[in-house]
Amino acid sequence: MGRKLLLEKAHVENIRHFDVYRREGGYRSVEKALKTMNPDAVTEEVKKSGLRGRGGAGFPAGMKWSFLAKPEGVPRYLVVNADESEPGTFKDRYLMEFLPHILIEGMIVASYALGSNRSYIYIRGEYWWIVDILEQAIEEARNNGFLGKNILGSGFDCDIFVHRGAGAYICGEETALIESLEGKRGNPRIKPPFPAIKGVWDCPTVVNNVETISAVVPIINEGGEEYAKIGVGKSTGTKLISACGNINKPGVYEIDMTISVEEFIYSDEYCGGVANGKRLKACIPGGSSVPILPANLLLKTAKGETRMMNYESLSDGGFATGTMMGSGGFIVLDEDQCVVKHTYTLARFYRHESCGQCSPCREGTGWMEKLLLRLDRGQGKMSDIDLLWDIQRKIEGNTICPLGDAAAWPVAAAIRHFRDEFEWHVLNPEECTRRNYGLAHYADPLEVTVA
Amino acid sequence: MIQFSDSKLKEVEKIIARYPQGKQKSAVIPVLHLAQQEFGGWLDVPVMDYVASLLSITPIEVYEVATFYSMFNLKPVGRYMFEVCQTGPCMISGADNIIDYIGKKLGIKPGETTSDGMFTLKTVECLGACGYAPMMQMGKHYKEHLTPQRVDEIVDECRRNAASNN
Repeated sequence: MGRKLLLEKAHVENIRHFDVYRREGGYRSVEKALKTMNPDAVTEEVKKSGLRGRGGAGFPAGMKWSFLAKPEGVPRYLVVNADESEPGTFKDRYLMEFLPHILIEGMIVASYALGSNRSYIYIRGEYWWIVDILEQAIEEARNNGFLGKNILGSGFDCDIFVHRGAGAYICGEETALIESLEGKRGNPRIKPPFPAIKGVWDCPTVVNNVETISAVVPIINEGGEEYAKIGVGKSTGTKLISACGNINKPGVYEIDMTISVEEFIYSDEYCGGVANGKRLKACIPGGSSVPILPANLLLKTAKGETRMMNYESLSDGGFATGTMMGSGGFIVLDEDQCVVKHTYTLARFYRHESCGQCSPCREGTGWMEKLLLRLDRGQGKMSDIDLLWDIQRKIEGNTICPLGDAAAWPVAAAIRHFRDEFEWHVLNPEECTRRNYGLAHYADPLEVTVA
Repeated sequence: MIQFSDSKLKEVEKIIARYPQGKQKSAVIPVLHLAQQEFGGWLDVPVMDYVASLLSITPIEVYEVATFYSMFNLKPVGRYMFEVCQTGPCMISGADNIIDYIGKKLGIKPGETTSDGMFTLKTVECLGACGYAPMMQMGKHYKEHLTPQRVDEIVDECRRNAASNN
């Protein structure tokens, strides 16, 4: 049983309410930070913890905080990125819906460290009902003296506001999020300048994911060094994984990054195995934009080592034979799933979500969608597969923001590992509309011992 | 005449106060949400112009935003909008069947509204409910673990609510 730092209290009755959360030990980190530590010491603890951004990029959070410019007389801002929109990812939603106070608590501590007197939660517009939950938590925290003027007599003032978006995946990219918070279209900015220097309203800004900010609570309570002892290597602490697809127990799990992928899929503590007794075909372990892996490469690396659920092990082998931890959106595909069709829905998603600023992404995502639809319907040509490969290669690295890469990678990985399935669609135009290809010859599962 | 009620105008003031002095343009998305709710579920040009005047910004600044974000409706929609997710994880959990079922049941295709103005069917991309698929958004809330039977219940419920509110 792995250690739980974030979700430990998720099932306590009425934990959404301040009184219960407080009784269960909530807001201790605010007391500790504001009464016994100076802001730099808080940042120092986060650095020591090795906490990496939980939104997808995995950048060290403490380092990001230390880049924040602090010019005299200019306000600084903390903005929490709750625009969770990466297909397969629903962990931040779970955290905010069931434990809103852990986010508010983490935000107060982080705001203190960064010197932000007005902090914002940018939440995706579709999470409409969660806005009420968060606003109630903020109100309760304010009524109990944890927000507002002179918090706990420390002289530190802080207010938190919820800003609801209106449906745009791109606003999860931090500069697009900032543009959107300023009341504009979510078009990403060219970096530099980075938000740490010039962010929202041209002021120094830190944008962090919901889970990252929530993790600040256990880090301050237990100390950065203690936090860093959990996990392995540069994958410290715990990570929330949202598991979905063809598994027996879809849901949000907190793992300590020392378990294997195999254990995560087959153990009853987590996904509970592939649904309906089917065999595992493939998995996208970190949200739709990370490379899909066939079963054999998923459970073991190309070197034959057991693949673990952490940043390093998942990316072992690079994109040739590995993938990424990403946002922790874990999508499992069983033997009956069609990789061509699944990739088509992802391509359609990225075409829909491209902001349209950069032509490789604006045009390329549309072409990829069309080609994949054609292949899925058995109307494609052999040369379409190479054309797809060519298009994704020309998108990757040629756009202002990483949405271009995010759109290119799933297509590249699908062709890299499942080319025979694409070719089968071309060679069997009629049959492919009636049945799926099934397991790829090399994707036949390894001997699986249930953990 | 397009005009918020006094209580809604107070709400607009509260929204503007979330942002620093002079940054009221930041309120455009939240105020558009409010306007869409108040003025029939969609944003007609006079509504957008009204929002612009409330925030002392130019109308084009509002149009730019309203046309970018997928939750803003630029043409009339039904009283109940079924926004069914069709992205990867929902697709492998049977979203296509649910979309077909709703379409047949209501006699409309995605993007269309029933002739009585009651229902709009719309396909959307990932709503962050992948573990509870297939699903759809209906107003403020999500309807998850959809089955044809569940869809029937939801449609009946909508019709009953509409009848009792009229």
